[in-house]
Amino acid sequence: MTDTQASRLVPVGSTAPDLELRSAPDQTTRLTSFRGRPVVLVFYPADWSPVCGDQVALYNEMWREFEDYNAQLLGISVDGAWCHRAFAEARKLRFPLLADFEPKGHVSRRYGAYREKDGFSERALFVIDADGLVRWNYLSPIGVNPGADGIFEALESLSPEQRGQATSSTGKVKNS
Amino acid sequence: MSNGLLNPPVGPADHILGPTHAPVTLLEYGDYECPHCGRAHAVLQTVLSGLEEQVRFIFRNFPLAEVHPHAQVGAEAAESVAAHGGNDAFWTMHDTLFENQDALELDDLLEYALAAGVEPALVSGDLTSGAMTSRVRKDFRSGIRSGVNGTPTFFVNGRRFSGNWTDPIAFAAALHEAARAGTPAAR
Repeated sequence: MTDTQASRLVPVGSTAPDLELRSAPDQTTRLTSFRGRPVVLVFYPADWSPVCGDQVALYNEMWREFEDYNAQLLGISVDGAWCHRAFAEARKLRFPLLADFEPKGHVSRRYGAYREKDGFSERALFVIDADGLVRWNYLSPIGVNPGADGIFEALESLSPEQRGQATSSTGKVKNS
Repeated sequence: MSNGLLNPPVGPADHILGPTHAPVTLLEYGDYECPHCGRAHAVLQTVLSGLEEQVRFIFRNFPLAEVHPHAQVGAEAAESVAAHGGNDAFWTMHDTLFENQDALELDDLLEYALAAGVEPALVSGDLTSGAMTSRVRKDFRSGIRSGVNGTPTFFVNGRRFSGNWTDPIAFAAALHEAARAGTPAAR
């Protein structure tokens, strides 16, 4: 990884490009439908490859933590919806995997997270706040499982408003 | 991603095996049902027995419960044994779990607890009430903060260990080196 590569990522402070991708053979998921809560976007090279497996498995163990931060996790790779379904079932995943399949890699490209020479997504992470702004990004070396400490810190540093967890005077949670 | 530092450092809530003032603190994030951790346990038996005065060993729970259905309950049972039977009982239970990774059903856990000197009904009660759930979760979260991305992950004197743990000779050599370097204990 070089600075140039990392600097291609959609920068912190900008609005996350909207995306609508197939999350199941008969269903699509749109980023803006999660407005009001943080989204963790996880771009990864491929279903089934060992490092991604570990990375995805790790994030899957953290569902309580993501829930505490009101955050929605979305995985994105160029694999098709049927492949994602088989992978998600095999790993008992609790979060959706989006297929950046047709046109191949177009969302990954918009996020600056596509490897042209390999034809798959980078291993890149984005934390997007409740208003749809990118609050943190990270480009991992392709063969390294980046863990979750960066995501955790980024979610922790969001204000209650940015998490969509601001309480009104009656103590009621908004946006939930 | 991580800066490779243990967060939080070793504290009074941790289970510690070995001399308090040992020059080397070796900490593992592990899962009682993870086969790699089982392998690491066997390696550690050899490594630690040759470094008795040099190393204190600490274990924190990092159960990958979605892939290992007995990992969470195993971790809670070990914590329950620690709570009722103390440090020695915990380490007995810890060893038994790793030596019996294919037998971690409730009945097995209670039998191991009894062998470690703790009344099985106490452990059973804790497992039912979830009394140890938050303790195990706290360990897991500390692992996330410390950049743990799989199990086992080791920290030597508070820094992530990226060397070879699968070979007892190489692992012992790395720990000897840490003792010699006298790196100040964990922050």
